[in-house]
Amino acid sequence: MTPDAPPPSPPPERHFLEMAFANRSFVIGAIITILVAAMALLSFLWTPYDITHLVVADRMKGLSLAHPLGTDHLGRDILSMIMIGARNSIAVAIVAVGIGMGVGVPLGTWAAARGGLIDEILMRFNDLVFAFPALLSAIMITAIFGPGAINAIIAIGIFNVPVFARVARAGALSIWPREYILAARAAGKSKALITIEHILPNIAALLLVQGTIQFALGILAEAGLSYLGLGAQPPMPSWGRMLFEAQTRMMIAPHLAVFPGLAIVITVLGLNLLGDGLRDLLDPRLRRER
Amino acid sequence: MLAFLAKRIAIGLVTLVVASAVVFLVLEIVPGDPALLMLGMNAQPEALAALREEMGLNQPVLLRYFGWIAGMALGDFGNSYTYSSPVLELIGERVLVSLPLALISLFLSTAIALPVGIFAASRRGKPADTISMGAAQIGVAIPNFWFALILIYLFAVWLRLVPAGGFPGWDAGLWAGFKALLLPAIALALPQAAILARVTRSAMLEVLGEDYIRTARAKGMPRRIVLWHHALRNALIPVLTILGLQFAFLLAGTIIIENVFYLPGLGRLIFQAITQRDLIVVEGVVMLLVATVIAVNILVDIGYAIVDPRLRTRR
Repeated sequence: MTPDAPPPSPPPERHFLEMAFANRSFVIGAIITILVAAMALLSFLWTPYDITHLVVADRMKGLSLAHPLGTDHLGRDILSMIMIGARNSIAVAIVAVGIGMGVGVPLGTWAAARGGLIDEILMRFNDLVFAFPALLSAIMITAIFGPGAINAIIAIGIFNVPVFARVARAGALSIWPREYILAARAAGKSKALITIEHILPNIAALLLVQGTIQFALGILAEAGLSYLGLGAQPPMPSWGRMLFEAQTRMMIAPHLAVFPGLAIVITVLGLNLLGDGLRDLLDPRLRRER
Repeated sequence: MLAFLAKRIAIGLVTLVVASAVVFLVLEIVPGDPALLMLGMNAQPEALAALREEMGLNQPVLLRYFGWIAGMALGDFGNSYTYSSPVLELIGERVLVSLPLALISLFLSTAIALPVGIFAASRRGKPADTISMGAAQIGVAIPNFWFALILIYLFAVWLRLVPAGGFPGWDAGLWAGFKALLLPAIALALPQAAILARVTRSAMLEVLGEDYIRTARAKGMPRRIVLWHHALRNALIPVLTILGLQFAFLLAGTIIIENVFYLPGLGRLIFQAITQRDLIVVEGVVMLLVATVIAVNILVDIGYAIVDPRLRTRR
C-alpha cells in the first residue's frame, strides 16, 4: 500500500443524498410535504384558537394580525381550522394508500408469480374496479351506511387496490426473468419466498413513487367527497367541507373559499413534486435521459 | 380486426355482468331489507309491504337479480320512489345536461392539452417547456370544484358574464344552454388538460428519440411535418389510454361539478337520490355510469387498433 493511493469512492448513500439535494422537484416537494405534515402534527399540541369555541361577534372577519387568514361564518379561526383539517386529509389519504398497497401488492405479485389463469382473472378484476371511480363507490357505500370519514377511506382505498396491483405486477414481471431469480429457484426456494426476498425489495422504489402519487390523489378525492358532504362530518373540520360552507357566502366573504383551496393545492403540488423527484432519483433509466 | 372486436366486446359484457352483481350485492343484499332502509324506521307497515311488493323483495334473491338485469336490458330500470316516475325517464332528462357537459369538457381539455404537450416537447428544456410544464404541474394539483368556485366568483359574481349556476333548459335556446354549461365545462377540463398535456409531452419525447424521426429529419423533411405527421401518430397511444381513463374521472367529476353549479344532470340526480335513500335511482344511475366507462374503454382499444395497425394482429 502506498500512502498516495486514490481515496476510496464515497459510500453510495452519500452519493444518493447529493443527487437528491440537486433535484429541484424532490427538494421543493419534500420541503412542502414536511411543512404540511408538521402543521398537522403541531395541531395536536397547539392551534392559534380553539375551534370548538364559537365567537359569533367575530364571524367572517377578513385578514388581520389576530386572525391571519380571517374567520369563518361561526367566528372560528380559519388558520386553526386548516391546521386541524390537514390531519383529516393526511389520515384519510394514508389509510387509503395503506389499503391499496396492503391488498394490491400481494395480489399483483401473486399474479406475476403464478401467471396463467390467475393472472388473467386478476387483470379482469382490475378492469372491474376501474369501472367504479372512487366517487361512485363512495356514493354506493354512503347510500347504505350513511356519510362519514371511514366510508371515504374505504371508497378511496378500494380504488387504490387495482392501481397498486397493476404496478406491482408489472414490476414483478420485469424481475422474474433475471438470472439471480433463476439461481434462487434452482436453489429450491419457493415462489412465495423469492417474492418476499428478491421481488419486493426490487419493486419497492416503484411502489414508493406510486404511493406518493396515490397519496396526492387521495387528498384530492377526500376533499371532493367532503365537499359533497360524503366525507368527514362536522364538527371535524375538513378542507373540502370548508369550501362547501364558503360557497354560499362567497359574495360577502370570498376569503373563506381561498385558503382551504390553497391548502389543498399546495399539499397536492408538494406530493406530486416529491413523487416526480423520487421517480427521477430511483429510476436509473430516466436519470440517464436527463 | 373482427375477432379482436368480438373478444373485446365479450370481455366488456362479462365485466358489466360482474359489475351488476356487485351493485346488486351492495345495494340490495348488504342492507338486509332495502325497503326498510328507504322508508326509515318509522315507516307505516302498509307502505313498507307495498314497497317490498313493488321491489319484488318477496321473491328469491337469484330471481330478483335476474329480473333486475333482464329489466335493464329491456330498458326498464324500475320506478323512482321519490319522483314516482320511471328511472329511465329521469335519466333521459338528465343525460341531456350531463352528456353535453362531459363532451364539451373533453373537447376543451384535448384542445388545450395536445398543442401544449406537443409544443413543450418540441421546445424541450427551453423556457417555454419549463413554463408550460410548471403550469401543468399546478393544474394537476387544483381540485376542479375549487377552480369552479373561483370561476363563479370571477365570471358570475364579479364580471356578471355568465350565470352563477342553474340550467335554463335547452328550450331556452342553444346559446343559453351552452352559456350555462361553459363554466362547469372549463372547471372540469382544467385538471384533465394538465394531466393530458404532461402525458402528451412525455409520449412525444419518447417518440422524438426514435431513429426514424432522425432519418426523416436527415432526409431534409421540415421539422413541422415530422412533428405533426410522424411523431404525433405514434405518440397518440399513451395519450388515448389516458383519455379513456380520464373519461371515468370526468363522469365522477360531473357529479361534483353539477352540485357546485346546481345543474340538473345525472350527478345531481344520483346525489339527491342518496340523500333521499332512493336506492332504485342509485342502482340505475350507477349501472349506467359503469356501463359507460366499460364502453369507453372498448372504444379506446378500438382506437389503438386504428392508430397502430400492428396491435390488430398482435392480440
